[in-house]
Amino acid sequence: MLAMRGIAKRYPGVVALDGVDLTVESGEVHILLGENGAGKSTLMKILAGAVARDAGTIEVAGKSCGMATPRAAQQAGVAIIYQEFNLVPHLTVGENILLGREPASGLPGFIAADALRREAQRWLGELGIALDPDARVADLGVAEQQMVEVAKALSLEARILVMDEPTSALSNAEISRLFEVIRRLRRRGVAIIYISHRMEELAQIGDRVTVMRDGRHVATRGIPDVTLDELIRLMVGRELKEQFPARRTARGAEALRVEGLTRRGVLHDVSFTLHCGEVVGLAGLMGSGRTELARAIFGADRIDSGRVMLNGRDVAIDSPRTAVNLGLGFLTEDRKRQGLVLCRDIAENTSLASLDRFCRGGVLSTARAEAAATRLATDLRIKAPSIAQAVVNLSGGNQQKVVLAKWICREAGVLLFDEPTRGIDVGAKTEIYQLISRLAAEGRAILMISSELPEILGMSDRILVMHAGRIAGEFSAAGATQEAILECALGPKVAA
Amino acid sequence: MRARPQGRRMKVPTFIARHGRQAGTVAVFLMLCAVLSVLTPHFLTTSNLLNVAQQTVVNAIVAVGLTYVILSGGIDLSVGSVLALAGVVLGLALEAGWPLPVAIAACVLVGALCGVLNGMLVAFGRLPPFIATLGLMSIARGAALLVTDGRPVSGFDGSFRWLATGELLGVPVPVWCMLAVYVAAHVVLHRTRFGRYVFAIGGNEEATLLSGVPVARCKVGIYALGGGLAAGASVLLTARLNSAQPIAGLNYELDAIAATVIGGTSLLGGQGSVFGTLVGALIMGVLRNGLNLLGVSSFVQQVVIGAVIIAAVLLDTFFKRSRR
Repeated sequence: MLAMRGIAKRYPGVVALDGVDLTVESGEVHILLGENGAGKSTLMKILAGAVARDAGTIEVAGKSCGMATPRAAQQAGVAIIYQEFNLVPHLTVGENILLGREPASGLPGFIAADALRREAQRWLGELGIALDPDARVADLGVAEQQMVEVAKALSLEARILVMDEPTSALSNAEISRLFEVIRRLRRRGVAIIYISHRMEELAQIGDRVTVMRDGRHVATRGIPDVTLDELIRLMVGRELKEQFPARRTARGAEALRVEGLTRRGVLHDVSFTLHCGEVVGLAGLMGSGRTELARAIFGADRIDSGRVMLNGRDVAIDSPRTAVNLGLGFLTEDRKRQGLVLCRDIAENTSLASLDRFCRGGVLSTARAEAAATRLATDLRIKAPSIAQAVVNLSGGNQQKVVLAKWICREAGVLLFDEPTRGIDVGAKTEIYQLISRLAAEGRAILMISSELPEILGMSDRILVMHAGRIAGEFSAAGATQEAILECALGPKVAA
Repeated sequence: MRARPQGRRMKVPTFIARHGRQAGTVAVFLMLCAVLSVLTPHFLTTSNLLNVAQQTVVNAIVAVGLTYVILSGGIDLSVGSVLALAGVVLGLALEAGWPLPVAIAACVLVGALCGVLNGMLVAFGRLPPFIATLGLMSIARGAALLVTDGRPVSGFDGSFRWLATGELLGVPVPVWCMLAVYVAAHVVLHRTRFGRYVFAIGGNEEATLLSGVPVARCKVGIYALGGGLAAGASVLLTARLNSAQPIAGLNYELDAIAATVIGGTSLLGGQGSVFGTLVGALIMGVLRNGLNLLGVSSFVQQVVIGAVIIAAVLLDTFFKRSRR
């Protein structure tokens, strides 16, 4: 159905794609695997006509296609569902599905509302999706919005559907519903390119897998013939024996003590301590108040009652500024929206929280700030042609390293990490783990929020579990299992 | 390949990445000058070039303040009115016999206070900058008309007029003032914490806040700077006209926005430079001057200037897109 051959794309200073081949059959779910920065997104953007290629050919159903514009790609039957959806929130499900192709009524320029509803319903029905075509998209959950995207792609007669990490924000039940829809699409003969970092999904949904690394095609295999270890080796280009670094706990003095922290309706009487040299994992389901706890400690949200002590002293943290000045650092869940100034360069982002260190008499020494940024970029192995590279051009893993560099540069002693490896590929994850481990070994106190239980278990010295705004349990690293943590996160059992 | 050391390669691209953007604007400016010097012999003369600089001064200084505001992701529509209000305060102070430095200080203070008000409304009142400064645009204009009863204040002594007519080393005093403002603005933008925060706030306000930057205070400072510089420009304008007029500065905010945008500063904030704005202001000045020399009617001039603004931004967008 689709044959991309010798695709090449070069950006100033970076070869994004170096002669990549990709063929996908009709009725096949083809997994595209690779670390962030491997070139998957660029390849898909070329397929979608959003990025111009420097070399290579694209054939759809045996016919050569230019894919010069998104419109040309659409006409060739290519549809892409990005992680950030392309839906109009204030229009209805039906209006979104048929956007730009609304059935006309008798009066020129007017829409036949009934026909629109019927047609939208038909496409939703084909996919077995139970959604009201009159519902407003803004009122839907993420999973339902995704279904609207799929229905829209189908109604566009898409023959090739690309899904970029479709499950990253879905619950398990929603994922199995999505897979059901994908299987229906497959039966209809749609060629599906599926990008994911979740290795366990491969076997469930994939037919073949293509691995990319550093802008090159590494291998294409049939799913049954390949092992997980082999795939990881192909992606990373080396064996990943130990994903989590071995850690020696050297618990130091108490760095942070939180007592009775309450924010009405969000956090209830939360108390815990954090010691120097310690990584404390904070587990819990979505909405259990983990991010809210970090924000409250950091002064980003108002608290109603409770006390916070740093290094044994009472502190009143009323703003992020106070928190930073007291030696706290906060790596946020959403690095693009809350962590980085995307349009500015690596050097400026690295020094943003510590400019007072590089100022003398009010004058900023850019040379010293840049030297520090260069040192950190080398030290953290940030992959970029220069520290003058805008952060927006970096891959997810490298962006996250820049956020880390910002807090290391600030010399923050207490670090709050919220989902430090979200949306990051396997290789970069391991690097982030090593960095976290090193930061703890250097005597910093680290609170690590994570939704990935293996990560919580692999990294933490102690584990706290939150449920409904409260600390529901605490485990030692040795005594914790995934099952026990999950049970605790689901809520306390009613006492007999 | 992954473990390749990076430090060594970070020198040359640094310079290009940081300063490449302005090349296009400068090229347009030079091309414009070249075309005009071919079309009319009167363009490329020392006296005419100094004349262009003189005429550019007020817009250029107002535009510096606006560049800061726009870099931080805001907008200030009140600068024209604030310029008028500050100007009449200066005029009334001089008329009342205040010493010149005190009168200028009062004038700049009034401008800065207007800016502080803007900044407070934006930072603490959470108003969109467009609304806050639109309101102040009307308030400041009204205040200027109120305190003067709608009449210009004029007739100042020679020491004040020197600010418009004087020369140092053959260059008019206002041009020196403009250059001083630009050097200072450039240094503050690139060599101080405050300047870095201006870029950061415009690029991503939330991330900047969560990095411990006092965002609200910075914003008040940015708008205060905008108002203060508009007031500074009013000093030079009043001296040149020998009269402080409550209706001065009409549409100056639009000229300043145009200069900023032609100079390559993004209206979304976070990217741009004061050097670009200077070139933008000069392009507008040279264009007006050249069209005057060629005897083009002022009606046609407006059309041409509008077209140039659109062309400049189109060109910039085109270059950005071709680099994707």
